[in-house]
Amino acid sequence: MRDKRMTPDEVVAELHDGMTIGIGGWGSRRKPMALVRAMLRSPLKDLTVVSYGGPDVGLLCAAGKVRKLVYGFVSLDTIAYDPLFRRARETASIDVLELDEGMFQCGLRAAGHRLPFLPIRAGLGSDVLRLAPGLRTVRSPYDGEELVAMPALHLDAALVHLNRADRHGNAQYLGPDPYFDDLFCLAAKKRYVSCERIVDTADLTADAPVQTLLLNRLMVDGVVETPGGAHFTSCVPDYGRDEEFQRRYAEAASDPEKWPGFVDRFLSGTEADYLEMAHG
Amino acid sequence: MGDVTRAEVCAAACADLFAGAGETLASPMGLLPSLGARLARLTTEPDLLLSDGEAFLLTSESTVEGWLPYRKVFDVVAHGRRHVVMGANQIDRFGNQNISCIGDHGKPTRQLLGFRGAPGNTINHRTSYWVPKHGPRVFVEAVDVISGVGYDNAVGPFHDLHRVVTNLAVLDFGTADHSMRIVSVHPGVEVEDVLSQTGFPLHHDDVGETRLPTDEELDLLRTVLDPAGKRDREVRE
Repeated sequence: MRDKRMTPDEVVAELHDGMTIGIGGWGSRRKPMALVRAMLRSPLKDLTVVSYGGPDVGLLCAAGKVRKLVYGFVSLDTIAYDPLFRRARETASIDVLELDEGMFQCGLRAAGHRLPFLPIRAGLGSDVLRLAPGLRTVRSPYDGEELVAMPALHLDAALVHLNRADRHGNAQYLGPDPYFDDLFCLAAKKRYVSCERIVDTADLTADAPVQTLLLNRLMVDGVVETPGGAHFTSCVPDYGRDEEFQRRYAEAASDPEKWPGFVDRFLSGTEADYLEMAHG
Repeated sequence: MGDVTRAEVCAAACADLFAGAGETLASPMGLLPSLGARLARLTTEPDLLLSDGEAFLLTSESTVEGWLPYRKVFDVVAHGRRHVVMGANQIDRFGNQNISCIGDHGKPTRQLLGFRGAPGNTINHRTSYWVPKHGPRVFVEAVDVISGVGYDNAVGPFHDLHRVVTNLAVLDFGTADHSMRIVSVHPGVEVEDVLSQTGFPLHHDDVGETRLPTDEELDLLRTVLDPAGKRDREVRE
């Protein structure tokens, strides 16, 4: 079987300007932050980012990587709003497609199933449709009900972070919620999973039920071992959210005077530098 | 039981939102709606289902009784056996709600959360709102962005806005054209106070007084659900 191990920088080298990139996790939970940090170090630009947004979104916006954002919300969970995302919106520096959370999932499913759209009620009557005139409705051929025809959210690449994986791309979540990481992978042409630890295949189910194996190797093109790779978002049971670091992030991000100092200190070196500084 | 605080009246009013709900998933957003839902389950609505806000359904003894990650929450939303109590940065007379942004969506003066699940919630199942600071900046003539769908924009078979509970009053949409009316004002609040804190005219023909919590409810709130008294910091007299 193929060995799909890569480094974060090798993953980012396979991404190109203008691509549509899906980022897994949810809010400030199990975000592939090491891969995001590698993107911040790269010259990538003009990306369309598709995310149930957390700090991944704010960081990529502030670094000028994002041309368009597709999202249902952006939040740090214990801190309601991400200051960098707010600034990007309030200065109109990014295009947006703002969706209902369920529509977002529906779009990923449609892409994963190679369908042009899937019907859903969510969105009807709200401003989701007014603000995105490209979204259409469809009439049920059975009873005539009008429904939103949620278009497929096709991704050029998906980036997700799980707890464990083997070198072939079978990957496992050990926390309570899979989020939508499998749907991101099914919706994408190239699929990259970072994980806390790469283990032998047999070890994946040594202490955990088989239902924790969210991704199998036909859904994955690259596997990256990045201990602490979701920091400062949560990656339970390996670690919870680093609330203190998140507060420091949000504080610096709220103040344009302080932000360059935060970037210098934490985001200008390697991943190892980051982890050392963040835990130091 | 000692003097009843405004927050305790609000908690009981939030509990009453779930009257008759039975085996329904209660999804309260925020402290007072959560206290209300848990209070309802410990008193009149023992069959309510409640999650821990992460992925577990917990009994009132905090025993895990089910698994409800976000994707399964979306299934329940579409299935419909759910009553969500959301917040609102803005709400209008027909119950259109905004949690997306203030100002022009193309260049907001203040970016908020985004649509989140509000469009899907309101078009699929019963929805109520909790507003801890009733004022004209929240209760507006027209919302800047329609996140949650109000009665004048309602489509489909399942739209069902139930009530709005605030620090001043309980309101609903039980009028001929589904525009908002005052159901009851909390003890110590005058109808005039509610009218002056609302940016649009409210029906107020038959306004009652919000009930006080029972002794049992007060005991549960003070000793079981919120012994630290967080409720009184969210809602002051």
